[in-house]
Amino acid sequence: MTTLEMRDVTKVYKLRSGFRSADLRAVDGVSFRLEPGRTTALVGQSGSGKSTVAKMLMHLERPTSGRILVDDAPVGRGRRAEVAYRSRVQMVFQDPFGSLNPYHSVGHHLERPVRLHHPRLGDAEVRERVLALLRRVRLDPAEDYAQRRPHELSGGQRQRVAIARALAPEPGILVADEPVSMLDVSIRLGVLNLLASLQEEDDLGVLYITHDLATARHFSDEILVMHRGTIVERGPADDVILRPQHDYTKTLRAASPDPERRLAELA
Amino acid sequence: MSITSSEIVGSVDTASVDVPAGAPPGGGRRRVPLPPLTPKLVVGLSIVVAFVLFGLLGPLVVQDPSAVDSIGMTAPSADHLLGTTQTGQDVLAQLAYATRGSLLIGAIVGVLTLVLSAFFGVVGAYAGGLTDEAFSLLSNVMLVIPGLPLVIVISSYVQDKSVLLVALVLAVTGWAGSARVLRGFTLSVRGRDYVLAARVAGERPWRVLVVEILPNLIPLLASQVVMAVIFAILGEAGLSFLGLGATGSFTWGTMLYYAQNGLALRLGAWWWFVPPGLAIAVFGAALSLVNYSIDEIINPKLRSQTRAERKGWRRRARTATVATDPTEVAA
Amino acid sequence: MSAATQAAAPATGTARPPVLSIEGLSITYQTATPVHAVRDVSLELGRGEVLGLAGESGCGKSTLAYGVTRLLKPPAEVTAGSVEFHSREGYALDVMRMDGEELRQFRWSKISMVFQGAMNSLNPVKKVRDQLDDVLTTHRPGMSKAQRRTLCGELLERVGVDRNRLTAYPHELSGGMRQRVMIAMAMSLDPQVMIMDEPTTALDVVVQREILQEIARLRDELGFAVMFITHDLPLLLEISDRIAVMREGRVVELADALTLYTRPQHEYTRTLLSSFPSLTGERGGFVRDGTRTVPAGAAAARHDAEEERA
Repeated sequence: MTTLEMRDVTKVYKLRSGFRSADLRAVDGVSFRLEPGRTTALVGQSGSGKSTVAKMLMHLERPTSGRILVDDAPVGRGRRAEVAYRSRVQMVFQDPFGSLNPYHSVGHHLERPVRLHHPRLGDAEVRERVLALLRRVRLDPAEDYAQRRPHELSGGQRQRVAIARALAPEPGILVADEPVSMLDVSIRLGVLNLLASLQEEDDLGVLYITHDLATARHFSDEILVMHRGTIVERGPADDVILRPQHDYTKTLRAASPDPERRLAELA
Repeated sequence: MSITSSEIVGSVDTASVDVPAGAPPGGGRRRVPLPPLTPKLVVGLSIVVAFVLFGLLGPLVVQDPSAVDSIGMTAPSADHLLGTTQTGQDVLAQLAYATRGSLLIGAIVGVLTLVLSAFFGVVGAYAGGLTDEAFSLLSNVMLVIPGLPLVIVISSYVQDKSVLLVALVLAVTGWAGSARVLRGFTLSVRGRDYVLAARVAGERPWRVLVVEILPNLIPLLASQVVMAVIFAILGEAGLSFLGLGATGSFTWGTMLYYAQNGLALRLGAWWWFVPPGLAIAVFGAALSLVNYSIDEIINPKLRSQTRAERKGWRRRARTATVATDPTEVAA
Repeated sequence: MSAATQAAAPATGTARPPVLSIEGLSITYQTATPVHAVRDVSLELGRGEVLGLAGESGCGKSTLAYGVTRLLKPPAEVTAGSVEFHSREGYALDVMRMDGEELRQFRWSKISMVFQGAMNSLNPVKKVRDQLDDVLTTHRPGMSKAQRRTLCGELLERVGVDRNRLTAYPHELSGGMRQRVMIAMAMSLDPQVMIMDEPTTALDVVVQREILQEIARLRDELGFAVMFITHDLPLLLEISDRIAVMREGRVVELADALTLYTRPQHEYTRTLLSSFPSLTGERGGFVRDGTRTVPAGAAAARHDAEEERA
């Protein structure tokens, strides 16, 4: 059980063109809290800063100001604290074709995090865990999948491997950065449902980053709408979608394809 | 999905370019990719191997290359299969020793270039920040420094240059180009999701470099090393021809130098300058063939079987349109 | 398959006169193992109609588009069928038989195409005006420079981009604007059919809505037909008159938009529809339900099975 909180986080990039430099406030004063067992959706279009939020949560970028707290305590410095953080906060990347190294087998991708975060396990135990992870993401027979290489798998299968990899350290928080937007339409549902059942089994806190309002509504408990670096609206999923308060949310909702509304218009 | 992906080859995912072509699927262990065994590669490799054997074993069976004889410049005969130089030295013997010398230079330069360009290119790009800026600056400066004047300066200080010194000079002036290429590639690989994923999983930086990034660089590194060897051999030949090389040792270039000095061309003593010249050309060509094969891993579109297939398609398409019944087209 | 679509065609067929008739078209990629990208597809595009072509990656929709505009490259080739273009002047053209000059004139002035990822198809080192100009100099050699300039300006305004953006470079424009420029280019010769391959996929939903409105408005104004290719079914509902669903090279269902949505006939159409959770309506196949989770059960199992087959 882990809670993750972003408190008033800002990220400023310096853009240089020639001798002048301008500031790009990618993320400006963002605060939210992730609790176990709950899914929070971070909805925004490209350029809204949601990817930067993900990178900061994964320590791939440092906030310019503000704090990231795990279980209400700041993250310490040094290798040990870093490894501890990474064992509790993990990420599923967007691109199923780019997030797996074409050189290594599926088994290798899962072995590494298991070994890193459970250094005392023997070879046989590591292997058992790898196979168990594959079965959890419904890649059976696990032995067969473990020795395959990424290019032998379909997009959906690769994304399941990516999910398995994220679960290997047994984290408490999962950041899913547009996990299905690059997958074929008919398999998106399966992957999202898999994430949902895994969340329930492990009592994970999930941050679901997406640009798609519809899946955000159905998949999450709370929605944060992000625009130009700030969170312009937040609330329970159904409230934000069905009764938007902020202008931008209303624009987003009006712009999203809405078959129900269209059918009403046509009928 | 762009048209180059699954729409073309059905349900098979066409992965990115750095998928190893020759690597068999289902391999559990990491495997170094091998180039596909095309005629190009076979020819290139055989020639290279032949030369290496000649350079290794030749000097053990031939006469003494420095033995002077009063017979002077003679055409090829039973005694001297490739004739003699103007001082009566056996050309074939010289060629064997020269092969060894040139290959040695090539090998030294290859290894040195690999080490230097990998360090300044790959490590610099991976580290990022100030390290990257510093290394990149150094590479660019080294690129700009002209090699030939540098060698001339060195040769004015050191009269009797050894093979090692020439190799060193060539390596020092040649690594920078390679480093730039490697840096560019490393920068692109560094940003890829699977490298980020490894960092997110908690891998140490050096492991990320060695385990995730380096395997993808192997084909490029191999190609750069082969190019460095070609450059070394040609460079050495050029330097020696100008008299700036290791004139005390036997290399293909020094043979040409002495042949030029002995007026071999004017006197028609083809047996003196054609063998070393041909050796340079053929060996360089063989290495290039090997390099093209390596390129086929880096860029699968270059594979000859793919090109041949494409030519087959064009032929079929042309015959198909000719064979169709030309009906009246309503204009 | 085609019999089914033929039977459906008269019932749901367009009331408009056809501008493009595709009859039994098959396209194969002649690789080592031939890939039948398009199998026996028969479609009719009515004049001024918007026909949506829906399907996932690998279903052959882009290949179909390339086939119709004769842009296929080896190893792809048309192995059967025909495409007829009925020009508004009254004559018909056999698209597959055309060659050389005639084909060149056909392409872009009768049919034009907005490609996938078109926003990145603009030449980064040339101004927008020069690229629009290129099209005009190639196809309308009779126009003077001044006339071309005026037309370029008009074209941009027609798609809702300010005229003074003519002198801008592509990187100075946003993604949405670049896409509009591509649409302007496709419209520059006043074509009768425009084929758009995923024109809004990489764009924000807000920009996407604007572009769709633009296309609808232009269609109303200029009367061209549109073949709109995408995987996004809800999007097609917003803009299409009729929708064709493609799978593995075949058209599995063809109906007018409303009917397809409310009474889908084919199982695959239903699967596709259920993959798009409704923004404002029921939950559909989704497992999660806010506060409590519902057991995965049949819905998840079905989707897993779909994926294994994929």
